Amino acid sequence: MAETTTRAFMLGEGSGTGSGQNLQVGVGPAHPAMHGIIRINAELDGEVIRKADVEIGYLHRAFEKDCEVGGYNNAIPYTDRLNYVSPLINNFAYASAVEKLLGIEVTERCKFIRTAMSEISRVCDHLTCVGASAMELGAFTVFLYMIKAREFLWELVEDVTGARLTISYGRVGGVKADLPEGFAAKVGQAFKETREVLDEVHRLLTGNRIFMDRMVGVGRLSREETLGYAITGPMLRAVGVGYDVRRAHPHWAYDRVEFEVPTQKDGDNYARYLVRMAEMEQSMRIAEQALAQMPGGPINVDFEGRPLDPGAYVDQGKQGKTEGLLLVPIRLSPNLQGQNRAALHAVNTPDKRVTLPPKETAYGSIEGLMNHFMLIMEGYGIRPPQGEAYFASEGANGELGFYVVSDGSDRPYRVRCRPPCLPPVAALHRMIEGEMIGDLIPTFGSVNMIGGELDR
Amino acid sequence: MGVGSFFTGKLDEAIGWARKYSIFQYPFVTACCGMEYMATACSHYDVDRFGAGLPRFSPRQADVLFVVGTISHKMAPVLKRIYDQMTEPKWVVAFGVCTCTGGFYDNYATVQGIDTIIPVDVYIPGCPPRPESVLDGLMKLQDKIAVQAQRF
Amino acid sequence: MRGEEILQRLRDRFAGAVVETHDHRGDHTAIVDRGALMEVLRWCRDEAELRFDVLMDLTAVDYLKYSGREDGPRFEVVYHLFSVGYNHRLRVKVRVDEDDAQVPTAVDLWPIANWFEREVWDMFGVRFAGHPDPRRLLMYEEFVGHALRKDYPINRRQPLIGPAH
Repeated sequence: MAETTTRAFMLGEGSGTGSGQNLQVGVGPAHPAMHGIIRINAELDGEVIRKADVEIGYLHRAFEKDCEVGGYNNAIPYTDRLNYVSPLINNFAYASAVEKLLGIEVTERCKFIRTAMSEISRVCDHLTCVGASAMELGAFTVFLYMIKAREFLWELVEDVTGARLTISYGRVGGVKADLPEGFAAKVGQAFKETREVLDEVHRLLTGNRIFMDRMVGVGRLSREETLGYAITGPMLRAVGVGYDVRRAHPHWAYDRVEFEVPTQKDGDNYARYLVRMAEMEQSMRIAEQALAQMPGGPINVDFEGRPLDPGAYVDQGKQGKTEGLLLVPIRLSPNLQGQNRAALHAVNTPDKRVTLPPKETAYGSIEGLMNHFMLIMEGYGIRPPQGEAYFASEGANGELGFYVVSDGSDRPYRVRCRPPCLPPVAALHRMIEGEMIGDLIPTFGSVNMIGGELDR
Repeated sequence: MGVGSFFTGKLDEAIGWARKYSIFQYPFVTACCGMEYMATACSHYDVDRFGAGLPRFSPRQADVLFVVGTISHKMAPVLKRIYDQMTEPKWVVAFGVCTCTGGFYDNYATVQGIDTIIPVDVYIPGCPPRPESVLDGLMKLQDKIAVQAQRF
Repeated sequence: MRGEEILQRLRDRFAGAVVETHDHRGDHTAIVDRGALMEVLRWCRDEAELRFDVLMDLTAVDYLKYSGREDGPRFEVVYHLFSVGYNHRLRVKVRVDEDDAQVPTAVDLWPIANWFEREVWDMFGVRFAGHPDPRRLLMYEEFVGHALRKDYPINRRQPLIGPAH
């Protein structure tokens, strides 16, 4: 009998005599590592995975086909549900792709809002990822702490957008509504709690013997393979390539905030964990800077001066005294759409082809009414000229790209989402072949596969 | 009638009471609703105080199947198999509007409501439902479990 | 390198094969002949000053219902290339007809092309000659048809179990 090493003896390597004797294990699609539904057909030789075939598509919800059915803004709720742990980034990236196609710029305030909200979303994503992978390794407390921190952040998101998870906040040309009063203070409080949680988690996990034993040296991927598989985001930064779309192609307000791009060298699961933890701190930095630098409610429209009481406005309109009613700021409480008209113009581009006029203008003037009609009725609406555009933004998992093709009508002709987590899952078989079956769990956790984005 | 049915009636109630406060759920998590499921199960909106805090990740050991998130046609046979593998008594909760009716995914890939495949006891609509809705649905499920008649 | 320079180099090197180049909204795009596609992609990846080492995206568009292009080739396969070192991008497109929807595979150049091409086959029916594993990626094998084609109605369900509606 040939010499066997201790490792081979313990793992039962070589007990099979090749493909015919290896054990086929199907991990999934419904399995407790609560990241999503995916099937990994692993061929085991003792405990070692010899070959793995990853099968996806169990959450295919026809995102790209659904986007072609309605108008450009109708696709926004579908984009929420792509990477559903950081939905704000998806919304804004899609809206930016359409804005690129139209050739319009959003207002400054909107750029800062998009930056701040994207970073809050990114922190939520990393909290969920690290929390869930820690739970799968047995550290249930860490999961509870991180979900607690995520709840604080979701309260912030709910304040701004009205919903916790599927927010549909972005619009082509801006965002749905401005930030509420006192938002920066709430953010400060929530980040303080989050930083305490991250501190605790660092003390619980980063030097933890069990955690390190399971994560260090596991799921390693070399630099060439990472690039060959088009992997971006924290996984690419964990092999030492500091590519971050926020730095490489600054968009929104990323060129006006200071932040670092953390990298590691080893490319194993532990390095990815460290990158994600460092990124959360950087994201909070960016959000705080963006909120501090937010340009104050700039008014892009000219106002004629005196604010009017809404009752008086309606009465005057009914009596036919409509001169001077067109561009008048109304003191509304609450107003016709729950937002101050001045604030709405601060966050939506003044381009008439794209932004809905405020209700006062739609009801109070013929131009407003026609503008509203042209944007809402079928066959009209946002009609970018024929062409195509690709917009890349930094999603929580890497480069999130939207490739939008327009044929001049009011419906998108093709919306392609370049999913940042498809490349790591495509490379998953390279990461786990040769590893033990137990190493599959932390590796899969560090890949942060989000089903909505992977299968679209 | 008489004394016999009084005792079986009381026994039914006792069994119903025990069952409703010791729910072992199988969270069949697929999509975005999973995030709200996690939020409900964790400290803020603790579901453990209802006795439903221990998820069992094997259908043999669970009694309530929480179908959380969109079910696509590729996933449907898997769902049916998991449901078949669960032992009686079992209940099904359709969590999220995608499982109730398909949600806004009226397309070639999505099952238009899991009640086309398996019988459902409680429907929790919402996209995703707030944790308060989930707890409300859970309490309705508990009411349903409590009044279930046992056959001996 | 700036986008126009990349396009100019491409035109100089592959004069006959480049059908069209444009720069719509800042995205530098080149449409090439199918016959020269592999050479073009390999050159893009290996040329010292281009070094497009990342295939960011590989997808297709069905131009069946596009006003103005109903008579032309039906599918367009789109490659988004990116260089980490030089931080420049390029989009390469190739047009194929419906009757001969085949394109050589890019798996030898970038391993990620394996899954991207499987998805294009699944959703559009465009074959990739030489692909090591031409299975569907997102839909199940029993599914008939290619879902993202413009003539596939959005709610034609083909359930494995259960009713269709």
